[in-house]
Amino acid sequence: MSNDIRIRRGAQLKLRGQAEKILNVAEPSKTYALQPDDFFATTPKLAVREGDQVAQGTPIFFDKKDPRIQFVSPVSGVVQAVVRGAKRKILKVVIAAEGSRQQKHNVSAENRSSREQIIDLLLTSGCWPFIKQRPYDVVANPDDKPQAILVSTYATAPLDVDFEFLLKNNKAEFQAGVDVLTKLTDGSVFLTYDNSFGGFFTEVQNVKPISVKGPHPAGDPSVQIQKLCPINSGDRVWVVRPEDVVNIGRFFETGIYDGQRTVAIAGNAVAAPQYFQTKIGAEIAPLLDIAQMDTSRPVRVINGNVLTGTAIASDGHIGFYNNLVSVIPEGNHYRMFGWLPFVGNHIPSLSNTSLSWLFGKKGYEVDTNLNGEERALVVTGEMEKVFPMDIYPMQLLKACMVEDIEKMEALGIYEVVSEDFGLIDYANTSKIEAQEIIRKGIELMIKEVG
Amino acid sequence: MEFLRNRLDTLKKPFAKGEKLEKFAPAINAFDTFLFVPNHTTQKGAHIRDAVDLKRTMVTVIIALLPALVYGIYNTGYQYYSQTGETFTFLDAFIHGAWKIVPMIAVSYIVGLAIEFAFAIYRGHEVNEGYLVTGLLIPMIMPVDIPLWMVALSVAFAVLIAKEAFGGTGMNILNPALTARAFAFFAYPTYMSGNKVWVSEAGAVDGISGETILGTLAAGGQVNYSMFEMFQGAIPGSIAETSTLWVLAGALVLIATGVASWRIMVGGVLGAALVGFLFNLWGANALMSFSWMNHLVVGGFAFGIVFMATDPVSAAQTQKGKWIYGFLVGVFCILIRVFNPAYPEGVMLAILLMNVFAPTIDHYVVEGNISKRKKRWASAQLKTA
Repeated sequence: MSNDIRIRRGAQLKLRGQAEKILNVAEPSKTYALQPDDFFATTPKLAVREGDQVAQGTPIFFDKKDPRIQFVSPVSGVVQAVVRGAKRKILKVVIAAEGSRQQKHNVSAENRSSREQIIDLLLTSGCWPFIKQRPYDVVANPDDKPQAILVSTYATAPLDVDFEFLLKNNKAEFQAGVDVLTKLTDGSVFLTYDNSFGGFFTEVQNVKPISVKGPHPAGDPSVQIQKLCPINSGDRVWVVRPEDVVNIGRFFETGIYDGQRTVAIAGNAVAAPQYFQTKIGAEIAPLLDIAQMDTSRPVRVINGNVLTGTAIASDGHIGFYNNLVSVIPEGNHYRMFGWLPFVGNHIPSLSNTSLSWLFGKKGYEVDTNLNGEERALVVTGEMEKVFPMDIYPMQLLKACMVEDIEKMEALGIYEVVSEDFGLIDYANTSKIEAQEIIRKGIELMIKEVG
Repeated sequence: MEFLRNRLDTLKKPFAKGEKLEKFAPAINAFDTFLFVPNHTTQKGAHIRDAVDLKRTMVTVIIALLPALVYGIYNTGYQYYSQTGETFTFLDAFIHGAWKIVPMIAVSYIVGLAIEFAFAIYRGHEVNEGYLVTGLLIPMIMPVDIPLWMVALSVAFAVLIAKEAFGGTGMNILNPALTARAFAFFAYPTYMSGNKVWVSEAGAVDGISGETILGTLAAGGQVNYSMFEMFQGAIPGSIAETSTLWVLAGALVLIATGVASWRIMVGGVLGAALVGFLFNLWGANALMSFSWMNHLVVGGFAFGIVFMATDPVSAAQTQKGKWIYGFLVGVFCILIRVFNPAYPEGVMLAILLMNVFAPTIDHYVVEGNISKRKKRWASAQLKTA
């Protein structure tokens, strides 16, 4: 019944501090925040002002280019602050939780009989940003008709979550969400799951189940899409994260937007890594306390995994698309003669100039040291080893650096997003910032080609 | 360690941003980062990084070069003493060799690094570690009696013209070390070929036969070495190229650590063996009938294919391209040896030639990927139309 995807090139980094499978329901957070930077290439336009009362589901801001795309409040409360950065750019909108007002939508059968009605409901409810589009990894355009929709439940990044565990109490809502997604495309809804254990995902109806096997980045949507329905110029494939399928399903059952977010707090700077069920934008600090974050030394708190996530302050808020908060120590220390081969074997390394492979049985302790300095690109062939797609990564990076749009297109820029280059960031000898280069390249494509 | 760190930090103060000596920061950083891996943390992109960096990679190559270098130093003395007929110990030979070769290495590093530092300061980037390898390679592929000022001039030419003119480390088309040798070869041919240059102080001894094996063959002479002698390396030649045995030891280090491409090495051996074998079948002259196995162990072929052809910057960069590139280096090396009596050693020119064509090879490999993608687009459009 299932087609296999087998990935060979890549690397499974085993780090210490994997979240234990304990699911806590977190205390409701005092404040919640929406952060426009979570939505790549979206320019926010505020719909509220500081001091406004909002209900759960009230639009907080919308996309300047397409006002139909709304980003709504996950809770009922008061807009406490609009935090701005340089050039008055909106960094986050903070909402203080208060009361229990909810915005309710009519989701009766006759109101959701057509594709248009469903899209309309997704847009007005604030569920639309759960749907992201490839190419570019941006919020989907409601006017497009995607070739396929992909839900990847196989998370392979370091310390990443187990979606089967995380969602096993939401089977019905997951199915309901999938049923909504099937209305949005004429193609298939692909559901990919871990080849060694699919759990309840193997029982989901109305999808094309695909089992995936292999090291990171086998769980990345780009890698799977290239195998299932490669993106051609002009194609659109939509991607929805597993927990957001549940959120969509729940909305169509209750008529109320509910941004449920289950996060794992993990990493070698927390003593009790575990899962918490909370809401999008909740405060991180109380969760870090329960997970016993190391306060004796500087640490880095990351929304997402250690390869592709965003660093935030420890009093920050959970990101819109995050199921993982990684906490690792900062690495601002010197290592004498650390550049000698076979020195510093406690640092995980994919290179054979280190004996780290002997010391990784229990997982590695990592920190944020760069382990060197940025240099010119010299070594070749190492990027391909951790990049399983049929794309020449170094050539694509160089095309992005010189902003050669035609070359970028020809070399496959439509098929990748910056997170696919996380392992290349990690593994390359010259410490090139590959994700940054690809992100800039994609921004250029959006600007020039659209 | 703490003490040293604090001293360094005080020493570096005038080089900090906004201070007087800011411009010279790359120079002091180059020394500092050799003592300590800096405390820099990741600022964007992945939050954790591999332990490998360019320093470690380059130092691994130097380690791989050491067996051939040590043997080369010994062989220099061995050749000298066996020509003069004096009795000698291993240590005598080693000291004689070191007396000749250490100054060459020193000159190469001083001149080359001075230029590298100057360009780093001028361009405002950190000093790249690539020259650590190039600077050792250059003396290793020179004849032992070459005057030091010629070494200095060749180094300057290679670093300035072959490397910095193209934009510095990572941008050069030609392998800088081989460019240095080619420069000396064409600028000072009397010091770079013939039968007097391969054994130290050969001019002082009458009637010696210090010709390389390939030179002898090209001149139509007879070779009196067994294959084992050629493999083990007690023969005249450039300083570190003679011992295939110790070059292979280095190759093992490079392949085991994954620092150099085994595809290029294997491709090169296959290419050379195949062409050598075909010539054996033809057998029109002494070089053609020289066994293909012997071709692999004499001259600079082994050294070139292991240490020079695998230079990642000037070699082909795609995996498929590396096979083609290595194979063609082997093919052209033997072709030049057999057909061009003016250049009895072909590996230098073969690698330089393929350096020039490496981007072309990569272009066609990558073009294959591009046209596959375009075909897919076209067929998708047909389906929807």
